[in-house]
Amino acid sequence: MNKIILISLLLVSTMFAKTFMFTAIPDQDETKLNERFSKIAKYLENELHVKVKFIPVKSYAASISAFRNNQVQLAWLGGLSGVRARLLVKDSYAIAQGIEDPQFHTYIIANTHTNLKKSEIFPMNIKGKTFTFGSKGSTSGRLMPEYYIRENLKNSPDELFKKVGFSGNHSKTISLVQSGAYEVGAVNFKVWDRELKAGNIDTSKVQVIWKTPAFPDYQFTIRGDVDEQFGKGFSKKVQAALIKLDDKEILAAFPRAKFIESKSSDFDPILKVGREIGLID
Amino acid sequence: MELKKFFGGALHVDISNIPTYYEALLNTLAIAILAIFISAILGFFFALYFKYTIVRVSLAFTRAIHELFWALLFLQIFGLNTLTALLAIILPYSATLGKVYAEILEEHDSFPKELHVKGKISAFLYTKLPDAMPYLISYTLYRFECALKSTAILGFIGLMTLGYFLQGAFMQGNYGEVWLLLILFYIIIATLRFWFTKYSTPFLIVASFFYLDFVSGFSMENLTRFLTHDIIPSPLRKEQGFEVLFNWFSNIATHELIPGVLNTIVLTQIALIVTALIALLCFPFISKKFSNLPTRFGGGILLVILRSTPEYILAYLFLQIWGPSMLPAVLALALHNGAIIGFIMGQQTNELKLRIDTTKKKIELFGFEVLPRIYSSFLAFLFYRWEVIMRESAILGILGIHTLGFFIDSAIADIRLDKVVILLFFTAMLNILVDYISRRVRSYLRISTTINCELK
Repeated sequence: MNKIILISLLLVSTMFAKTFMFTAIPDQDETKLNERFSKIAKYLENELHVKVKFIPVKSYAASISAFRNNQVQLAWLGGLSGVRARLLVKDSYAIAQGIEDPQFHTYIIANTHTNLKKSEIFPMNIKGKTFTFGSKGSTSGRLMPEYYIRENLKNSPDELFKKVGFSGNHSKTISLVQSGAYEVGAVNFKVWDRELKAGNIDTSKVQVIWKTPAFPDYQFTIRGDVDEQFGKGFSKKVQAALIKLDDKEILAAFPRAKFIESKSSDFDPILKVGREIGLID
Repeated sequence: MELKKFFGGALHVDISNIPTYYEALLNTLAIAILAIFISAILGFFFALYFKYTIVRVSLAFTRAIHELFWALLFLQIFGLNTLTALLAIILPYSATLGKVYAEILEEHDSFPKELHVKGKISAFLYTKLPDAMPYLISYTLYRFECALKSTAILGFIGLMTLGYFLQGAFMQGNYGEVWLLLILFYIIIATLRFWFTKYSTPFLIVASFFYLDFVSGFSMENLTRFLTHDIIPSPLRKEQGFEVLFNWFSNIATHELIPGVLNTIVLTQIALIVTALIALLCFPFISKKFSNLPTRFGGGILLVILRSTPEYILAYLFLQIWGPSMLPAVLALALHNGAIIGFIMGQQTNELKLRIDTTKKKIELFGFEVLPRIYSSFLAFLFYRWEVIMRESAILGILGIHTLGFFIDSAIADIRLDKVVILLFFTAMLNILVDYISRRVRSYLRISTTINCELK
């Protein structure tokens, strides 16, 4: 009897384990995310010979908890969300990132009404303006800009700005600053550059005023138990598939020139900053 | 600008999008149906034991926490699936149903004592229950409508219901899609009485049961981890001693709890006053005493739309239009609740018998005849909605206003579930307090509790 239960349990668990699930932080407009990840799901399915499914989420926290609860085994995360996920899932690790991701930047952007001009040094005169971050859990939209604001203006954003908001994602940050709902904002430089190229930004209304020094950001993080779930060497296979990816269309959707190998310790600076400003215990 | 875009969007409704929503649509219906069915059973059971303090206290507590907060919590344990959605609805709804069922059963005790039979069960089944049944059913139906709205809104945090697409469309400014989804939603609500009948209900419940997959999300491991690890205050978990624990708590209290509570109270009270004004201003437009048929028709439609649109969706819309501040939240709360109260007041005035020598001037009729007569029930309606407004005020924090929801959302973003639980506890306490005060005030004003189920 016990054997039957055990076997049926095993059968059930293998049935469910067949699909390799992955998720991503919802850092931009949903349509863009769906386009990007449905393509890469198809690509991975061909490479890995297992069913691959993309699970869309509405918040950074939801992507982390899905990863933690083994509802997804792979996640495209930001610097901060990656560090958080790896702290929660002890044997998980970073496997790949875009070639641009080790040298990532945040743009501080301002509505042209403010008359703030582009500068090489930190724009001290953003003090007293209304300011919007991206998502609360974002690296380039929250953690790093907050770090540089605290370092240069020696105070917390709540004290420094007339109003502090969280737009939710980078696309939204751009549109809120462009419309004047907020005077200043912090945005992922990749999203800005792509939107600018696509002609979606009205530079008579919103402009970049400062670029942060470089920091490491996005990466693919995988659960340590995937080899148990999908067979030995599976995580290596995933890593190899990502790194050799050269489909122009998929890469443009991210947008990254190509993917390179990455390891968890690359993100130690993020962990340190996160602890410094109290976002990580 | 945004407002123009929003109304312009009404002209760009693309019906060919509808098949994209089939799954979300079916999920919304099935989850609401199954959740209300289970809630009704549980609620009935709770009602029978409502005299025990422990039951009353625990129901007050689960009721005081908004379904979206429950969902955010269950999301951490079970993930984005049907189980999370079902539990998030069932917990607060069964508690509310339990309380109201108990009140209804208590009120329907009109059977003469001498005729009571000996057996308690027989007495209950043959005297009390038949008497109370129509009221129980009509209240459950009203709650089902609420459950549909709540289920739809759960999509805003990522569950696959109508709100899932609504949030995406709002975020990207696709107002044509927003209109289409809202219209679908209104159609479901408006046709409720035709497809949710006593004949179709059993079928719908069985179909929902088989349609939904609510087993695969459950994980004992995750649940245990949540209860024995995640929600233990981090200084305790790390055995850092009493002093660290104290600092941890006082930090939360001064930076999050107290500002959150104060902002929630401020928003609630402003919204309550504006609700009162809106209700007073709009009830004449649907009242036979003041308006002609075309006005009543137009006013009626507007009020029904405002009443059927959940505060959360209204607030989301206004936030896109006016940017983040207290104003969109106040307006959303006041329009929705003002419409509910105004609607009932309008119906009430229709039944008023005026004196023959009454004034012909509308303004005098309003101020000196009608209003004084319905004023006490108007106050009662307002006090009934007080607690509801406060629950919603807290939740609107998720959208960026610094009420309790803002800090709860931040704590979830930081995956600090120990803090989430503490903030939720005090959110519930605040609600229970307001509920208590409201009940005391109502009994002081001697306003009967039987007035209207539709307000709770």
